[in-house]
Amino acid sequence: MLELKALSKTYKTGDRALSDISFSVPAGQVVGLIGPSGAGKSSLIRCINRLVEPSSGSVCLGETELTTLNGRALRQARRRIGMIFQEYALVERLTVMENVLSGRLGYVSGWRSFLRRYPQTDIDQAFGLLDRVGLSEHYNKRADELSGGQRQRVGIARALEQNPELLLADEPTASLDPKTSRQIMRLIQSVCREMNLPAIINIHDVVLAQNFADRIIGLQAGQVVFDGLPSALSHDALTRIYGAEDWDQVQQNNESQNDEVQLSNTRVPERS
Amino acid sequence: MMPGADAQTWRFRSPKQHLMRWTGWFWLIALTVFCWNLMTENTIWAFVADAPRQASDIGGRMLPPRWGYLSDLWQPLWDTLNIATLGTLIGVIIAIPVAFLAAGNTTPSRHFVRPLALLIIVTSRSINSLIWALLLVAIIGPGLLAGIIAIALRSVGFVAKLLYEAIEEIDENQVEAIRATGASGIQVIDYGIVPQILPAFCGISVFRWDINIRESTILGLVGAGGLGLQLQSSLSTLAWNQVTVIFLVILATVIASEWVSAKVRQAVL
Repeated sequence: MLELKALSKTYKTGDRALSDISFSVPAGQVVGLIGPSGAGKSSLIRCINRLVEPSSGSVCLGETELTTLNGRALRQARRRIGMIFQEYALVERLTVMENVLSGRLGYVSGWRSFLRRYPQTDIDQAFGLLDRVGLSEHYNKRADELSGGQRQRVGIARALEQNPELLLADEPTASLDPKTSRQIMRLIQSVCREMNLPAIINIHDVVLAQNFADRIIGLQAGQVVFDGLPSALSHDALTRIYGAEDWDQVQQNNESQNDEVQLSNTRVPERS
Repeated sequence: MMPGADAQTWRFRSPKQHLMRWTGWFWLIALTVFCWNLMTENTIWAFVADAPRQASDIGGRMLPPRWGYLSDLWQPLWDTLNIATLGTLIGVIIAIPVAFLAAGNTTPSRHFVRPLALLIIVTSRSINSLIWALLLVAIIGPGLLAGIIAIALRSVGFVAKLLYEAIEEIDENQVEAIRATGASGIQVIDYGIVPQILPAFCGISVFRWDINIRESTILGLVGAGGLGLQLQSSLSTLAWNQVTVIFLVILATVIASEWVSAKVRQAVL
């Protein structure tokens, strides 16, 4: 379980990215974090695993207060938090297997990771995860040989290889086509169900968020302006988050598109 | 549309810009004429007029090459290759940490360590390897060691500069992703940075080795061993037909090293 209390972030330039954010995420809950560009979604996610330093407030993962950690303790906390990135952020010139195993870096010594001599249990787990995300034949390929959807699956496998207690995803579908986006979101949703893993997913696509999240949090200018069930996301709420727009039309268009996708949606193998 | 009376005129440059450009050209030409005069002040024109005859005279003495001299060259050639290779190796080994200290995104301290690393790079680069060799021959005496260290010192700056530029151009997302797994500093370098700069690193090192082969052929001129030593003694005894053989050997070596470096660069990409 993750708990944020009065989390704020002000950048050196004086931009106030987050002000006074408080919420908690129970185990197994998938949270869709929506909001316009620049609302602070990325900063919020990065403040949790301290890729960005929060200015004030507290972040508790289980019993651990994350904001005061340093050095070794911080690294040990980070390995409990898996992260998925917008542009996949795989190490392009390493193989798929090396990328997945890099999820264990927080657990193995520098010497072992340098020689790529991971414990057999880690390797077994990596094979299992690659199988789970549908890439078991590709383990020896270089990451830059894969298609976008396949790369994001590797990204998911890397995050899960950490055996995380929390999953963070920063726009995981932003560089994918609509169909692959849905497959990736469905995959994230189902692994979170299986492992009872809480997740916070930054996402631009409101409909995608509504379809695959258990709860929606709307950010606007660094503040939480909506927090509730996906079904409660009314026009009023959307206007509060994004500003005025003809939301009826937006949602209709997306729904007609969804039906098509739903029809052909039984685990289609991807081609690179 | 027909061009009407109200058509607006458009000129590439305003009259004032034109005038400025012409003035600029005028002064450039004036400067060139002035410099030419300065340059040729001490030239003895009778010698220049004589040049074609002198050139053909030396050319005549250079041919045919004295092939028998080749047997004396194998040892110095081997020395030259060793100077270049060992010098590059030592230079690269020193350059790697310097590059990481100099790169803005990996340096431990922007205000103290980084300027220091940049100073090392500039010092090494600003002094030609021939000058380094001259100094080192005076310090540690003539021979191969002086040549190797001279080449190494010159290579540090070159390799470190290009490498730290490569480090600064890496994709930070990959580094961030590795850091997010809880990796230590060394592991972040190993997984996040090294794979990204490895092709550049191999290319730079082989390129420098290629340059060093050429540079080490002349280091002997100042007593630092290798082919240059032979070149100097042949020049001073006016044995022009031996000089030709040395030139051909250098040419062959450089072509061979170009070929090797091209192959290596192909292999790492």
